[in-house]
Amino acid sequence: MTATKPKAIRRLGDVIFANLAFFAGVSILATLATVAAFLFVQSIPAFTGPEIAAAEDGFWNYVFPFVFGTVYASIIALIIATPLAIGIALYISHFANRRFAQLLGYAVDLLAAIPSVVYGLWGILVLAPFLNPTFMWLNENLGWIPFFAGQVSATGRTMLTVGIVLAIMVLPIMAALIREVFLQTPRLHEEAALALGATRWEMIKMAVLPFGRTGIISAAMLGLGRSLGETMAVAMVLSPTAVINFAVLTSSNSNTIAANIALQFPEAGGNYSNLLIATGLVLFAITMVVNMIARWIISRRAEFSGAN
Amino acid sequence: MSKRIELQKLNVYYSSFLAVEDVNMVIEPKAITAFIGPSGCGKSTLIRTLNRMHEVIPGARVEGQLLMDGEDVYGPDVDPVRVRRQVGMVFQRPNPFPTMSIKDNVLSGYKLNNSRMSKTEAEELTEKALVGANLWNEVKDRLDKPGSGLSGGQQQRLCIARAIAVEPDVILMDEPTSALDPISTAAIEDLAVELKEKFTVVIVTHNMQQASRISDMTAFFNIAGTGMPGKLIEYDRTEKIFSNPAEQQTEDYVSGRFG
Repeated sequence: MTATKPKAIRRLGDVIFANLAFFAGVSILATLATVAAFLFVQSIPAFTGPEIAAAEDGFWNYVFPFVFGTVYASIIALIIATPLAIGIALYISHFANRRFAQLLGYAVDLLAAIPSVVYGLWGILVLAPFLNPTFMWLNENLGWIPFFAGQVSATGRTMLTVGIVLAIMVLPIMAALIREVFLQTPRLHEEAALALGATRWEMIKMAVLPFGRTGIISAAMLGLGRSLGETMAVAMVLSPTAVINFAVLTSSNSNTIAANIALQFPEAGGNYSNLLIATGLVLFAITMVVNMIARWIISRRAEFSGAN
Repeated sequence: MSKRIELQKLNVYYSSFLAVEDVNMVIEPKAITAFIGPSGCGKSTLIRTLNRMHEVIPGARVEGQLLMDGEDVYGPDVDPVRVRRQVGMVFQRPNPFPTMSIKDNVLSGYKLNNSRMSKTEAEELTEKALVGANLWNEVKDRLDKPGSGLSGGQQQRLCIARAIAVEPDVILMDEPTSALDPISTAAIEDLAVELKEKFTVVIVTHNMQQASRISDMTAFFNIAGTGMPGKLIEYDRTEKIFSNPAEQQTEDYVSGRFG
């Protein structure tokens, strides 16, 4: 007797579904490749064509203040938003009673739906004047810290204001994501901590936060990604100068890449628009590097992640 | 240290639902007391009242008295956190902290009380607790590896090590072997018998053979029907319960006529 290999049965539904899923998966890669190719090809004329007045000292000198502005504003936003998002998520998932937690959850989701133009307007008209006295106080009393040094802006439209607006913009998505992760902490591990005689806070430190660590990092990266690319709110709040300035309370602030593109593009002629696209390519690269770093952080302690 | 536990007219509720009704019993120190009975009879609910884990569930409460060496566990000034530090608990499914190493798992309870401990102290305590849980020889070379990498039976012994590291007075085990294979079960049973030299041990089990093998005293719980409260039917020496019980229901259950 010869052993015949049983023929795998191919069902029509399975084949159709498998192919649909495959194309959905491939489409995301195709989109990414197309965008990258577009940015790359369109940037070339900026280096080969005639000299551009805005970038007479070379491309890198042109783009660097924007890179700095982008990263700096996003880092400020993340420093403010991450602890707040963790706090909101913890409160909703572990402290508030169920009905109030639901209400808060809706409020957080609603915040995420506000368009960034509105945040920009709010930043200029409400937040900047409101914060200005605080900025004065910070400058007077903590001016010896380089970040708070310098001549305080009279309008309140500063790097710190932008950071706060960005923080509020990324807060909802971060809080929502972290809340979901915290809610998935296995009951088993929470009870293990409580049965050892942990208080509520100790239980959170032993079981909830370590379990949610990867989720927190992912949420922070998502928030960072959003604030790196945010255009309108920054473009509206900042009146930029091309400088590199660590002081967050002054009126000379470096712009971000995205906001700069938005402000300059309508008037850009010739290969100046290609130059702006090249800065877009730099933004693309920054975002990719940030995501790779995040992946690396998460994978470093994968065996302790609780996923096994 | 080992404490005597007295339950007097204990009623256990989930909000308005009476889950366990009017339990009166004395759990002896340095002995193993087994809770047996069909599913839903309230034995797991009752064991969770002994370390005040019951009230972690919203709306859950207890009426009556629970005395530990004469001290009221549900007294108005008693902090449940303090109670839980004196009463260790092992759960149905092994639950070592997945984000901690084996060593950190063992020390996790102890560190709640003593934030500072020297490296040698920590090492000594880890070894002592793991030896006490019959796990030392299997894990001594990989104390820094995650606890979740161990087999189910090893994880359960790690949880026991974590519970005994804080030197509690009482150890509660809620069906500790129901998720384990027979060999791991035997290891846990042997361990329970060793633990009673030092602690009051209370074990909930579905497995009547297990109760008859290891326990000194057995309490049989039953319910009259769904939605009715669980009741303590009979509580006596284990030999008596399994050979010559006073109640017909007990006889029917241990002889396998229902349950």
